[in-house]
Amino acid sequence: MSKPNATAVPTASRDIKTIVNATLKRRHAAERRFRWYGLLAISLGLIFVLLMFGNIIGKGYPAFWQSYIQLPIKFDAAILDPEGNRDPHAIENADYAALVRTGLRALFPNVEGRVELRALYALSSSDAPLELRQQVMAHPTLIGTEQEIWLLASATVDTFVKGNIDRQAEEDHRPIKDNQIGWIDQLQATGKLKQRFNTILFTSGDSREPEQAGIRGALMGSFYTLLVTFLLSFPVGVATAVYLEEFAPKNRWTDLIEVNINNLAAVPSIVFGLLGLAVFINFFGLPRSAPLVGGLVLSLMTLPVIIIAGRAALTSVPPSIREAALGMGASKLQMVGHHVLPLAMPGMLTGSIIGMARALGESAPLLMIGMVAFIVDVPKSFLDPSTVLPVQIYLWSDLPERAFVERTSAAIMVLLAFMILMNGLAIILRKRFERRW
Amino acid sequence: MLSYLLLTLALLSSAAYYLGRNRAFAVANGHIRNLHSLPGFYGSYTALWCGLPALLVLALWVALQPSLITDLVVAGLPPELHDLPADRLNLVVNDIKNLVNGNIVSSAPNPAILEAANHYRNLRVIGNSALWVVIVSLALAGLAYSWNAISPTLRARNRVEQIVTLFLILSSTLAIFTTVGIVLSVLFESILFFQHVPITEFLFGLQWSPQTALRADQVGSSGAFGAIPLFSGTLLISGIAMLVAVPIGLMSALYLSEYATPRFRAIAKPALEILAGIPTVVYGFFAALTVAPLIRQIGTAMGLQVASESALAAGLVMGVMIIPFVSSLSDDVINAVPQSMRDGSYALGATKSETIKRVLLPAALPGIVGSILLAVSRAIGETMIVVMAAGLSANLTGNPLAAVTTVTVQIVTLLTGDQEFDSPKTLAAFALGLVLFTITLILNIIALRVVRKYREQYE
Repeated sequence: MSKPNATAVPTASRDIKTIVNATLKRRHAAERRFRWYGLLAISLGLIFVLLMFGNIIGKGYPAFWQSYIQLPIKFDAAILDPEGNRDPHAIENADYAALVRTGLRALFPNVEGRVELRALYALSSSDAPLELRQQVMAHPTLIGTEQEIWLLASATVDTFVKGNIDRQAEEDHRPIKDNQIGWIDQLQATGKLKQRFNTILFTSGDSREPEQAGIRGALMGSFYTLLVTFLLSFPVGVATAVYLEEFAPKNRWTDLIEVNINNLAAVPSIVFGLLGLAVFINFFGLPRSAPLVGGLVLSLMTLPVIIIAGRAALTSVPPSIREAALGMGASKLQMVGHHVLPLAMPGMLTGSIIGMARALGESAPLLMIGMVAFIVDVPKSFLDPSTVLPVQIYLWSDLPERAFVERTSAAIMVLLAFMILMNGLAIILRKRFERRW
Repeated sequence: MLSYLLLTLALLSSAAYYLGRNRAFAVANGHIRNLHSLPGFYGSYTALWCGLPALLVLALWVALQPSLITDLVVAGLPPELHDLPADRLNLVVNDIKNLVNGNIVSSAPNPAILEAANHYRNLRVIGNSALWVVIVSLALAGLAYSWNAISPTLRARNRVEQIVTLFLILSSTLAIFTTVGIVLSVLFESILFFQHVPITEFLFGLQWSPQTALRADQVGSSGAFGAIPLFSGTLLISGIAMLVAVPIGLMSALYLSEYATPRFRAIAKPALEILAGIPTVVYGFFAALTVAPLIRQIGTAMGLQVASESALAAGLVMGVMIIPFVSSLSDDVINAVPQSMRDGSYALGATKSETIKRVLLPAALPGIVGSILLAVSRAIGETMIVVMAAGLSANLTGNPLAAVTTVTVQIVTLLTGDQEFDSPKTLAAFALGLVLFTITLILNIIALRVVRKYREQYE
């Protein structure tokens, strides 16, 4: 239309209006639909969070309770101290399992026959004799007396009491037999079987028996590993951030460093594990499974996080602070050390805590350097073989017993609690000390 | 022992600080203005002289002593032991070390080994005492030298600052050393591996069964190292993950930045980011024990064959893990689109969703692609979820209900547990690591470049 004529314009605009009005309903419907998709996407994500937490807490909270059986234990001097001279060596090596067996038989005097008796003895944990030994070693005066003592029940009993074994299932298809169920019912009726808070979970190391397995070894391993990680990555990370932000000239070399840091932040964690295996263990000959090596590997992984957070914290300090310090005659290092760094420290600490929280949850590289071994002892130093909490979760999740599923979930709850604690600390730190310039 | 030595060194250094500072006051006759630097710098100067050389020697000593002692002990072994082949000799040395450390020994100790163990123990005692003497005297010598050197004209501040700056520079090069370390460690072992298995067979072979048998006549004794099934499995699981993560993540980001009220955003955004903070073992546990059985149940109810370790379970859960990556990265990108473009679209009468689809998304597309690439590289390198929820058998299949294995799973299974270090089986893990590192590196570089270029476009 090279020459628009005067009367055509209003008709055309009326046309457009009708066209627009005709499609308006469809367009608004599309608009509403689009909005719903967005809400749906967010709610899917949130539902998944809730589902996962609900599932894990639902599975894990029973693990914080543990079944105990009250047994009448006769500390028979003939068994414990046959010579009568209270020789600690003899007392230590006495047959405590016999005491437990006698105790169980005293509760159920009618049980006879080898098979039946073995089923009866299976009610108590193999930890019970050790517990008795500990008590006797601590209080030798117990010998010759008779006491009612709460002893750990076996994992099968515990699983059954928590309702995770179907009573109605056929006898051959469940790990607990009819006669055992009868005894458990009897014990519960007389109040001799109770659930108590599960301190073992927090006080002992790993074990093949679910009722004796705890996370203390893994917790200590995580503690040592993270300590090494922090001691290495924090000073080096802060130093790097300070150098790059305050001192480094803009040239190819610093560009290379920057590109490297950004790339390292995105390298898959398992590759760091390969590095640890090839360099720290095979080349430097450091011991396998040691928190020291784990800490070294994790500190290399955490470094980029700390550096990036540190640089952000340093840039947020206004240049006027620097100029004022330099104007008063401070050297550049004094300016950084006395003024810029203290002001940037809260931001740096926040970043480091978040990096440490990530390191706490990391497990893939630690599998490579042998922290997956089955280790019963609680580590006492940086060189003792140990495992860490996430790897302990991985190890337990492979085990078929229902009681271990419970414990795995409980360990996950402990891990998540630590993560929440650390992230919460970071948020508080930021809220309290962050300054807006 | 080492910790006591370090403690002693720390104590000596702090003593040196006070001595140096007092000395500075003394040489200045009590007038600080006579000094070149503040007295504290003289203190630090002395402390550095006292601690640093001793610390360096200590590190060197601790690194070298064990191998030196081992060499000496081996040299002192009787000829019938000394002339054993290298691998047998290694066993003997291990026995000796175990004896020294009071561990269980593999064979009944013979007198020669017992004597060697004693020799080892003696050498170690001598070495440790010598270490103490050398370190402490070095620290004291450094202290004495620098204490003596303190004078009003000594430029203590400059010296101290030089050392601190050196520390800063060294720290910043650590990132480069880490990258070099990664490249070298995977490269060397991979080259060794490619001497056993040709690189073309590794990259294009269709058969993966790394179990090399002990005897030559066993079934499957050869071991096959064709990595295609691993690559396809990795791609399948990452593909499923991206099918979950990209729509959900992108839609969440769009909703949060364009529709949500500030209050809703303030709650929903951190809640979604919880997903990024959960450790991956937790996802793995959830995938293996809850999602996979669920999918299997649903599948069998529908009459489908579902493997108990299906790719679908691992992929779905991995997708959920990646949602916050996609959403927070695309959120940044979407927010970087200038408001004027939105306003222009609204002024033409477009609805919000039309603006998003026709203006916002095309404008933000490069950035979104970049963030998706980053998410893909994350999915390829993810380990724990697939180790726990995906299978071990290398099937070349595109069926999401079948069990597949991935590169990371194979690295973990090849390298966990006891293994000899130069068999093709363990070396294969490093070759896989090299592939993984290269691919993720390329993806990251492309993604970072795309995102940066795009950001500059609107700045």
